[in-house]
Amino acid sequence: MSVTVVLPTALARHTDGKKSFASEAKDLPGLLSEFDAKFPALAQNVKDENGKLRRFINVYINDEDIRFLGGDAHQFEDGDEVMLIPSIAGG
Amino acid sequence: MSSSCTPIANTQTTGSGATIYELRCGECGKSYGNRPLSACPDCLAPLEVQYDLESVRGRFTRETVAAGPANIWRYKELLPIPEGYLPDLPVGFTPLVRARGLGKRLGATNLYVKNDAVCFPTLSFKDRVVSVALANAQAFGFTTVGCSSTGNLANSVAAQAARLGIRACILVPSDLEPAKILNTQVYGARLVRIDGNYDHVNRLCTLIADEYNWGFVNVNLRPYYAEGSKTVGYEIAEQLGWRLPDNVVVPMAGGSLIRKIRKAFRELVALGLVDDKSVKFFGAQATGCSPISHAVKQGWDYIEPQRPSTIARSLAIGNPADGPAAAKMIAETGGWAEDVSDVEIVSGIQELAETEGIFTETAGGVTTAVTARLYSHGRIGRDETTVVCITGNGLKTTDALEGCYAQERAVKPRLAAFDEYIREVDGSLICAGDELVPAGGVQ
Repeated sequence: MSVTVVLPTALARHTDGKKSFASEAKDLPGLLSEFDAKFPALAQNVKDENGKLRRFINVYINDEDIRFLGGDAHQFEDGDEVMLIPSIAGG
Repeated sequence: MSSSCTPIANTQTTGSGATIYELRCGECGKSYGNRPLSACPDCLAPLEVQYDLESVRGRFTRETVAAGPANIWRYKELLPIPEGYLPDLPVGFTPLVRARGLGKRLGATNLYVKNDAVCFPTLSFKDRVVSVALANAQAFGFTTVGCSSTGNLANSVAAQAARLGIRACILVPSDLEPAKILNTQVYGARLVRIDGNYDHVNRLCTLIADEYNWGFVNVNLRPYYAEGSKTVGYEIAEQLGWRLPDNVVVPMAGGSLIRKIRKAFRELVALGLVDDKSVKFFGAQATGCSPISHAVKQGWDYIEPQRPSTIARSLAIGNPADGPAAAKMIAETGGWAEDVSDVEIVSGIQELAETEGIFTETAGGVTTAVTARLYSHGRIGRDETTVVCITGNGLKTTDALEGCYAQERAVKPRLAAFDEYIREVDGSLICAGDELVPAGGVQ
């Protein structure tokens, strides 16, 4: 199983400029663990002191906010696009 | 406190003096000078403009403000305006109306309406933030500006970009009210309807801003843009005779306006223009999109996103990034947040129109209906000085009132026909007694 992780420029500075890469993570906690191993600077950037995703980051699975899908418990499916993006206030 | 007296280095100054300001992260405190950037690269929290208020002290007084133009630029010393920028649009300085009629209905004796339904040039408070954002867009060299919008912002960016000769590309949810779409297209802006809700549009704009060298007023220019909202607070204080109210009721979408009004009050206190006072802030949302109101009621310091479903489309932001900060601020001030149904929103629009002659859009219906509830629940005292912020004009959301008013039959242009009509609708001429006085008035 493989998903595609998509990052904006602000985060891609920690992945040698790669804005998109494949991952075999099965869920969000698994993806964050993968960051620890493959992109430690990215992991440090997106995780807080408790190892949780910072509250100013939103995660979308195929255009849907992961919080609508069950958050950490949501299981990725083969071919999913997983986008991490800083939350923007808009308005 | 969002306004800081901390000395600031490597910064920008305002046009006519030496106001020193810069972008700073509200979470980790790191400074970034001045550039088109909305989130802290280190901790990803939103950036805010911070001022060295000592650089303003003595130059920003009641007298200097009174000598300024009758628009938001009378407060330019406390706005992030690039050096040498000469604003020419007379934005803001909208009426603060003593609302005796509405107050009578709600059981309030000291109620005011801050009426941004008549803000220049596009009839919403967004004219304030856009004017500040576009000043910075020009300074940063952007030749195309854009925004994600629920309507009012689209109108304002389109109009002000047209006047400044800047290209505009505006993205909106596809279900936006027809009037707000027309009121954007008429200025010649490129309008792109997105098949999704506001949160989808906003996310897309974030990605576009990442790829295109465009100035998105509420994305990469957002820290500057948001500062324009402070002028609502400055005006309220000045129009009350340089004093602060007891309460302010503010509609909430992204959660920025309510925080910026408080920031404005605190700056005025810090600079000695008003006496310090505890002001309670009350937030208003539609129940169909109430993530901030819900957080306040639950005592949360976080937001659970919602899928918006309300006629108040200008407030329909289900995932407001300023929401946690807004909820926290409301709690700190001893205020509260409420949300109301679509039926109550329509009643709120009608109530404000019938009592004060102010026709507001759905967001104003939300604020009016929430205000009524706050009084009825005893959260606001009847004699306390309370300001209700009306942020948009009802002419843009007339569809919300569809079916509320039957079209009367046409009456022939004869007095007898008119008499017959009055009997028909009122039962007898006696019901119209007050109006049946001799021409020239009562002697």
